[in-house]
Amino acid sequence: METAEQIRDRLLARFPGAPVAVVANPGPGAQHSLLLGASHAADLARFLRDDPGLRLDFCSNVTGVDWLDREIAEAAKPAAPDPAGAPAMEAGPKAARIQPGYLEVVYHLYSMALKHGPVVLRLRTGNRSDQVTVPSLTPVWRSCEFQEREVFDLFGVTFAGHPDLRRILMWDEFKDHPMRKDYSEPDDYEWEPTPHGEVLPKARRHYPAAPAATAAKEGPAP
Amino acid sequence: MSVSEIAPLTPSAGPTVRSVRDELHGDLLEVSMGPHHPSTHGVFRMVATLDGETVTRLKPVFGYLHRNHEKIGENTSYLSSMPYTDRLDYLCSMTNNWAYALAVERLSGQAVPERAEYLRVILAELTRLLNHTCLAGFLLQDSGASGTPLMYAFREREKILDLFESLSGSRMMCNFQRFGGCRTDATPAWLGAAASLADGYGRFLDEFEALLTGNEILMARTQGVGRLPAALAVSAGVTGPVLRASGVDYDLRKVDGYGVYPRFAFRVPLGAHGDVYDRYMVRVLEMRESIRILQEALRGIPGGPVMDPKAKIRGFRAKPGEVYSRIEGPKGEIGFYLISEGGPNPYRYRVRPPSLINLTILEDLCLGHTIADTVVILGSIDIVLGEVDR
Repeated sequence: METAEQIRDRLLARFPGAPVAVVANPGPGAQHSLLLGASHAADLARFLRDDPGLRLDFCSNVTGVDWLDREIAEAAKPAAPDPAGAPAMEAGPKAARIQPGYLEVVYHLYSMALKHGPVVLRLRTGNRSDQVTVPSLTPVWRSCEFQEREVFDLFGVTFAGHPDLRRILMWDEFKDHPMRKDYSEPDDYEWEPTPHGEVLPKARRHYPAAPAATAAKEGPAP
Repeated sequence: MSVSEIAPLTPSAGPTVRSVRDELHGDLLEVSMGPHHPSTHGVFRMVATLDGETVTRLKPVFGYLHRNHEKIGENTSYLSSMPYTDRLDYLCSMTNNWAYALAVERLSGQAVPERAEYLRVILAELTRLLNHTCLAGFLLQDSGASGTPLMYAFREREKILDLFESLSGSRMMCNFQRFGGCRTDATPAWLGAAASLADGYGRFLDEFEALLTGNEILMARTQGVGRLPAALAVSAGVTGPVLRASGVDYDLRKVDGYGVYPRFAFRVPLGAHGDVYDRYMVRVLEMRESIRILQEALRGIPGGPVMDPKAKIRGFRAKPGEVYSRIEGPKGEIGFYLISEGGPNPYRYRVRPPSLINLTILEDLCLGHTIADTVVILGSIDIVLGEVDR
């Protein structure tokens, strides 16, 4: 099984100038991943699937990750955030800069033919609001079909080229994307109009006025 | 006729059955099976378009049990997610626990004592027996063998659930594995009871197979129905017995060799046709292999602790990093993807649900078959909606 760096070099040899980078994983498993640019993602994925040395025919897991805006200390850290999500190191009173957040789609690939893996692919969106389109890999691996729908549903990533991009777990009329880190469910989540909605505010006009502060201290009458 | 030529379906709140006008083929019938149809094993809906009795289009609809398990996992500590994993595939809580515990152990580099590894194998194989027995019972119930096979299967299932209850305190929601071992140790009496169950299980399978495997009606209903080609199965990410019934040799117990599985001698049964009958037979044969693993593990289980004494369970924090870890559950590859930022909660907690991904090919299997066959095909895929919807 080749390392992520070797796969990147072979991808660059085959597709010169393609946006491919290795994202290091500091955990003990050391499952490093390949960050693909959106422009070439489908071609690169097809190469990974068909290359006789890799034959990554099995896309096991597809999921999204929501990375919020981060404060980066300007001098201490380079521009790129730590991809594994380590908190930025504090570097004294240097000017902090906001690193804009993005959504990330992660693919875990294995080979059933050669029985190796995993190779981890990552695609990133431009931001978290209006540039949320990444190319769909469903034409390459059919197993992405439902999982990309789930990422679309729960994270709000749009997959260009997906054959049937609909909500899958939430209902069709649902508006928001619940797996985003800044999602907050509405207060009136289960509100539906009943007579009480109008009756209770009207009834409040008939309640006695709130007692003064001194009266409240004496407590209830015996 | 391609599927796209049929009038587009929209999930509607209309009547359950309505006709779809198509100029070339006359009336097609759109049938919404579920979400409360008894053959759908939970709240699951199939929107099928029928030409006569033949299925020309079928879209699964689910999410009725969705509670955003992954969000809950991100908002609680690592340990607090363990009982939630019981509720994913509620027939197989022991393997769900193991998959999650293994992912956290790989995230933090935690070692597991050998006795706990053996105990995990024993519990996982008992779970596999339990799941496949139930599946066979349900499949036969769906195909019209009303009552008897299911009751036979449930009788055996109760024996396994009794073992789980005496070990973990709960029949189905076991919450048994911990990061670095198991929650409690098994007594010699428990191991003896498990051994006698394993020794007697083959006789039950003989009885079950004598009744059913060669049964003419079962063969007529299942052979040649719902064929899954190997290439499609691989591309669609199908795992578990459904994949192996199509002839693809991919069992994570062999491929990844997690735990102490490399120490056991067992075979991986493969199907030849990829139809419903093969999926049934692969599971029956897998149960026989599971019995062998169980007997070997129960003979060879070493002494010692079942929990790493240095393991930190409460207030557990993992170093920053991420991991994807998977095991061979009874329904297929159950995986957990965890991202840690060093905090008490995982930053990202993802379950790879085998039931959901195996459903990808449901439409491909059902096209061209009758509506009655969809019930059998769905039964042979073996889904649990607690895991599909999460």
